Amino acid sequence: MKAKHQRLVLGLLALGAVAGAAGLALSALQDQAAFFYAPGDVAGKPVPTDKAVRLGGMVAANSIVRQPDGVSIAFTVTDGKATVPVAFRGVAPDLFKEGSGVVAEGKFNPDGSFTADNLLAKHDERYMPPQVAGEMHKTETLDK
Amino acid sequence: MIAEAGLAALWLAAAFALVQLMVAWGAAKHGANPRVGTLMTALRRIALVQGLLALLSFALLIALFVRSDMSVELVAANSHSLKPMIYKVAGAWGNHEGSMLLWVTVLAVAGGGVAMFERRLAAGTLAATLGAQAAIGIGFYAFLAFASNPFARLNPAVPDGQGLNPLLQDPGLAFHPPTLYLGYVGLSVAFSFAVGALLMRDVGPAFARAMRPWVLGAWIFLTIGITAGSYWAYYELGWGGWWFWDPVENASLMPWLAATALLHSVTVLATRDGLRAWTLMLALVAFAMSMLGTFLVRSGILVSVHAFAVDPTRGTFILALLGIYIGGALALFGARVGTVTQGSTFQLVSREGALVLNNLLLSVILGVVFIGTLYPLAAQAAGVQLSIGAPFFNKALVPVALALVVATAAGPLLRWRRDNWNALAKRALVPTAAAGVSFALLFALARGAHFASVVAIALSVGLAVASVAPVARRNLRRTPLHVWGMVIAHLGVAVSIAGMASDSAFKVERLAAIQVGQNTTVGPFRVTLAEIRPQIGPNWSALEAKLQVRRGEGKAFELYPQNRFFSTPPTNTNEAAITTLLDGQLYTVLGQGDEQGRWQVRLWWKPFVTLIWLGGGLIALGGLLALVGRVRRERRDSEAEAYA
Repeated sequence: MKAKHQRLVLGLLALGAVAGAAGLALSALQDQAAFFYAPGDVAGKPVPTDKAVRLGGMVAANSIVRQPDGVSIAFTVTDGKATVPVAFRGVAPDLFKEGSGVVAEGKFNPDGSFTADNLLAKHDERYMPPQVAGEMHKTETLDK
Repeated sequence: MIAEAGLAALWLAAAFALVQLMVAWGAAKHGANPRVGTLMTALRRIALVQGLLALLSFALLIALFVRSDMSVELVAANSHSLKPMIYKVAGAWGNHEGSMLLWVTVLAVAGGGVAMFERRLAAGTLAATLGAQAAIGIGFYAFLAFASNPFARLNPAVPDGQGLNPLLQDPGLAFHPPTLYLGYVGLSVAFSFAVGALLMRDVGPAFARAMRPWVLGAWIFLTIGITAGSYWAYYELGWGGWWFWDPVENASLMPWLAATALLHSVTVLATRDGLRAWTLMLALVAFAMSMLGTFLVRSGILVSVHAFAVDPTRGTFILALLGIYIGGALALFGARVGTVTQGSTFQLVSREGALVLNNLLLSVILGVVFIGTLYPLAAQAAGVQLSIGAPFFNKALVPVALALVVATAAGPLLRWRRDNWNALAKRALVPTAAAGVSFALLFALARGAHFASVVAIALSVGLAVASVAPVARRNLRRTPLHVWGMVIAHLGVAVSIAGMASDSAFKVERLAAIQVGQNTTVGPFRVTLAEIRPQIGPNWSALEAKLQVRRGEGKAFELYPQNRFFSTPPTNTNEAAITTLLDGQLYTVLGQGDEQGRWQVRLWWKPFVTLIWLGGGLIALGGLLALVGRVRRERRDSEAEAYA
């Protein structure tokens, strides 16, 4: 094979690989991306109940309730604008507590509540999801 | 005084970097002048002194942490006088400023190493390389001096510090950042080599052989860092997973993917003089990924479970550096790539062809990880909140990764330059048969297991068999060390993939709330909660469960998962208790108790999960053997030249 042809073939292969990467990524994005919601985003609106999503916010004060089975909890997530009740079965992460940030992975139920199969709390105790931090900051500033 | 001395050493190092850049400029410009020899000697010494000064500065920072000097802001914010000594030392880099100082120290020391030991490159190219290295250093010195001074004083001093985040108080994590940084910064040397070669239009096998040990070294450290990080997340976070596709994890995976591709293409350039432009491109991309990683982790721009600093000024600063260096290097690449003359050619069915395929597949994986990591940021800029998790990456990457396994198996079976399909098919017969048999066995025996996992295990068996083929019919003692390196690293890939697939296909989970004296089961184990008792450590107290475990009629053993409470800063952590058996790990976590005296226990039985990290260790070991073998061979060759 001539050098010129080889370069052409390799170039086309590389182009194909890039297109393939973009195609794979986009197709996966389309139906698999876990979309991120804050409680304010879903207040009074229809919620998607058919796909895995993430719900982020603060755990509302005095909202954590242990269930009789010993392995489930219920709590509410708030972003200052709205609240969403969440049910979770499992061992909550170490940094999960009232008044701190949490990201719940799971699905919305038709009644607007959320069933989480995973909870993420931040390593850093100062963590909250940035958009929630933004909202809290705005609210605090307005209060002053 | 120590803090001031440290700051002075830092500024001096920065000044030396500036001088290094100017001297390098002169030496590269007058490469033909006979007096350039003196200039080169000076340049080498300057680079060495810059490295030593940076090292001194970092050593003084460690001294401040060891002495718990609470009049230094950084120490007060990240250390505590009662902390165990190892974490006082590790505290020096367990924070933003200290870790950036470590970054620049490794960079400067690596530059000094190049100046000391690199004898093969043409004087001009070496000068340009050291100049590029100094230019990178200057940016980071400026970053330290103007945006994150690690030696800033705190007035008035405090009696005791705020302590180190307890999750970071773990021997594994104490050494995790330095390991990754050695990898990141090793890639900076490859970047400087590429820039030097482009500036001096000197791209060829000699350049590739000079660059290869640095790529290998960086790649070994990245491999160790990622493997250790994964194991740390697995046993410390208590969620039983070993990879999360978290942006911070991706930040270390992306340079590794680029470095893996670079490692393979630089071999083609060093031994066959092929893939010139592509290798240069990868060297630039690999370091771009290191800087991107630093930016993602240090800017606080990401919604991550473990991003650390949240400070927009710093983010902007690193982003500006990223733009200048990478943008500049890519512009240089664009301007000069036409003058990089064509290397030698090869047939598509050949070792080179397989390595090109490997490079393309790795690039696809890198592209997908890149998009998945940065897309949420782009969407955020457009006003849309979203985050991308494991489902995205699994869907997009599993097929590509499996194709890569096949390419990895085929590569070493092919000859350099040209080969034919029939010969390949003949050599691939045994590995293919091994994969086929294991697929049939798994399909028959492990019904209900996920199809992709079964395919992955079968392919990893095939890869393992194909990996040892290069040494199968050779005199084992006369096989060169770097061939052993390749064999062991590829075997490591097979072992890791088998572990990942086995864990996702066969793990069993149990979540129960039981009282003391009651029991539950998971997989083949019966687990009894024997006791809940308090424990006291050096800076924590804990509730500890005593779990009695018995497998079938086998001997009983005990596990002690803990719930720890740290007072400074006030934090709870879960200490999982894990037992390693020949065929897997039993992973136990203690949750909270309730009013009825029940305790949450979470149990996982994870068959062959340990193979994941064992494979990572093998990959790093393979890299190390290749590095030793290559360096020894280079030395022998240069001695032979000297006597010829």
